[in-house]
Amino acid sequence: MIAQPILLLSLNSICFKASGKQLIKELSYQFKVGPRSIIIGPNGAGKSLLLKLCHRLLEPSQGHIQWHVEAENKSNTAFHQAMVFQRPVMLRRTVSANVEYALSLRGINKAQRRARTEEVLGLTGLNHLARFSARVLSFGEQQKLALARAWALRPKVLFLDEPTASLDPTATYEIEKVINAIHDSGTQIIMTTHDLPQAQRLADEVLFIHRGRLLESGPATTFFAGPTNQFAQAFLKGDLLMWDRPETKMLGD
Amino acid sequence: MNVFFDAISLLISADNDLLMIVGLSLWVSLVAVLVATLIGMPLGAATALYKFPGRKVLVVILNALMGLPPVVVGLLVYMLLSRSGPFGVLGLLFSPTAMIIAQTILVIPIIAALSRQIIDDLWVEYAEQLISLGASPTRRMMTLLWDGRFSLLTAVLAGFGRATAEVGAVMIVGGNIDHATRVMTTSITLEVSRGNLALALGLGIVLITLSLSINAAAFLVKEAAENRQV
Repeated sequence: MIAQPILLLSLNSICFKASGKQLIKELSYQFKVGPRSIIIGPNGAGKSLLLKLCHRLLEPSQGHIQWHVEAENKSNTAFHQAMVFQRPVMLRRTVSANVEYALSLRGINKAQRRARTEEVLGLTGLNHLARFSARVLSFGEQQKLALARAWALRPKVLFLDEPTASLDPTATYEIEKVINAIHDSGTQIIMTTHDLPQAQRLADEVLFIHRGRLLESGPATTFFAGPTNQFAQAFLKGDLLMWDRPETKMLGD
Repeated sequence: MNVFFDAISLLISADNDLLMIVGLSLWVSLVAVLVATLIGMPLGAATALYKFPGRKVLVVILNALMGLPPVVVGLLVYMLLSRSGPFGVLGLLFSPTAMIIAQTILVIPIIAALSRQIIDDLWVEYAEQLISLGASPTRRMMTLLWDGRFSLLTAVLAGFGRATAEVGAVMIVGGNIDHATRVMTTSITLEVSRGNLALALGLGIVLITLSLSINAAAFLVKEAAENRQV
């Protein structure tokens, strides 16, 4: 008998509207515990928006988002999540104080904060920078610190919004190593990217979205072997998904 | 030219009257700025962060009050503290406390309006991250006030500048009483009318030196902090 995958997060026909424009359209999906989920799609597809909706930084205009978490923690699902943004936001304090600040918001005592901070800075290779101001770090180091800060919270789910968008290949490699380490420590990764090689390296499952619609989803190997949706095929081939392409009329836009 | 040398010799000889006037001026302005900071900064931060009915009206009022005429404030405080006023029983009129109250009222809008702008800008940068980390509204405000501390210093300095340079309100509510409520600005006004230009000029030099020194110190602190990027 095959074990049923454990549900983590359900998106039920969610829509998001801003300035009269429908940006996310009737999107439904069930994230399961385990695989690294990579959301891909061209710029403006609604990837970041979808992540922010999942993380509750935005509320859907329609539909609902349901977390499937342990009963004792249902009162505050926000504490199960963390998010790292495309552009890391560094508080005006030291590297270690940035991590400790996040932990202090969870009511963790000072001794435990110190120990956990030291641990995650060690795991991300930032220990030697602990006393530096976070804002003097390079962009790659800042992104690594943002990951360390999120990891310190031991989230069940970590949302990553194009975390390597502005990084060179070396820094990207370093960040991907940290992402894999976070995943191996038991945190679910839900990440957006428009970098296809990166999606191939990291994804266990892929969600392809275009113009606010989920057009295809499935295991990464199946998706990259040959997606069924023509927009996904065009995206993989490197064709630009222009807004005024005749095919977009099929989406009813 | 003789007046200038007389003023310098007064300063060098550390004339008692002059020292007392300078001391009282500093005391009144520093206390007023401290109180105005404690009220104005959270007020400015709250106006930047919280959405409540009438918020936009409050922003417009705070901005408008930055140019509040000191004599009008002096008159209002005078009416409140005079024997027939609601707080007349406290007997505060023509005391340094009355001057502190008047200066505090003048400085609060300056610190609140400038703080609001500083916190507003910082909030644009921090909003998603702080919400994502689960910071409560109070914690968000405290974080922004702390992280914006060096920029907020500029707001406090602007308030201090206003307080030390102010003459109309303290003249009305303090009465410019010798050895009691006489401060630098009211003394300068009085000494000029008396023709005692040496003392007036001496006080003027102290006032400008003080203002320059405080601004220079704040500038150095801010620059050092920016260099450390903390």
